Amino acid sequence: MTEDIIVKTTARLMTPFIQMFGLYIILHGHLTPGGGFQGGAVIGASMILLAVVYGLEEGEKRMSHDLSTVLESSTIVYVLIGFIGIAAGVNFLASGAAGIPLGRPGDLLSGGMILALNIVIGFKVASTGKTLFYTLAKEDEG
Amino acid sequence: MIRKWLIRLIFIVLLGYLVAGFVVGLPPFGSADAPAYTHVVPRYIERSVVETGATNIISGIILDYRAYDTMGEATVLFTAALAILSLLGGEKDD
Repeated sequence: MTEDIIVKTTARLMTPFIQMFGLYIILHGHLTPGGGFQGGAVIGASMILLAVVYGLEEGEKRMSHDLSTVLESSTIVYVLIGFIGIAAGVNFLASGAAGIPLGRPGDLLSGGMILALNIVIGFKVASTGKTLFYTLAKEDEG
Repeated sequence: MIRKWLIRLIFIVLLGYLVAGFVVGLPPFGSADAPAYTHVVPRYIERSVVETGATNIISGIILDYRAYDTMGEATVLFTAALAILSLLGGEKDD
């Protein structure tokens, strides 16, 4: 937590853009370099920036522990998407073979289940990074 | 004392000979016909856009061909958060 007005103003102005950039990396993971892990790391870093500049309480207001718990459990969504393949009679996590439309390569809505899996992973990585930092920082605060 | 050092020296020389032998046997750096580039890579480069619909080949590999592996990675993250929270995440008593 800092009292520096330059750091505070910069962090307040930059946070929405950092999070928007993270969302862009997640949503365009099947088109351009990046993906769920990278975009999630960017969003998690924006939450860490908030905690460093404004303190843990402010960050907790933006992304509460309960929300992190829900996002953290989203691995089950990944598994459920995987079961689509089994329901269609092919392998676990099959995409094109399971009849999921692949779309026109280059479109935002293309690539079968890759977009959905990227979104799941992105939010999961963001909440994991945020949770790890906040829990360890809270322990350090006493 | 000198016998101990002698045994260590012989072990190191043998190990070094073994490692050098394997390194000499490796394909040259960047060679196009190395086994790593001839097994599945041509299939990925030629067919991944058709088979996965993703223009980013990396995403096509990690979230389509190797999606099961990525599920393991997500589980590793979940386990890390679980371990940290179970050790440090409880309510403060003091």
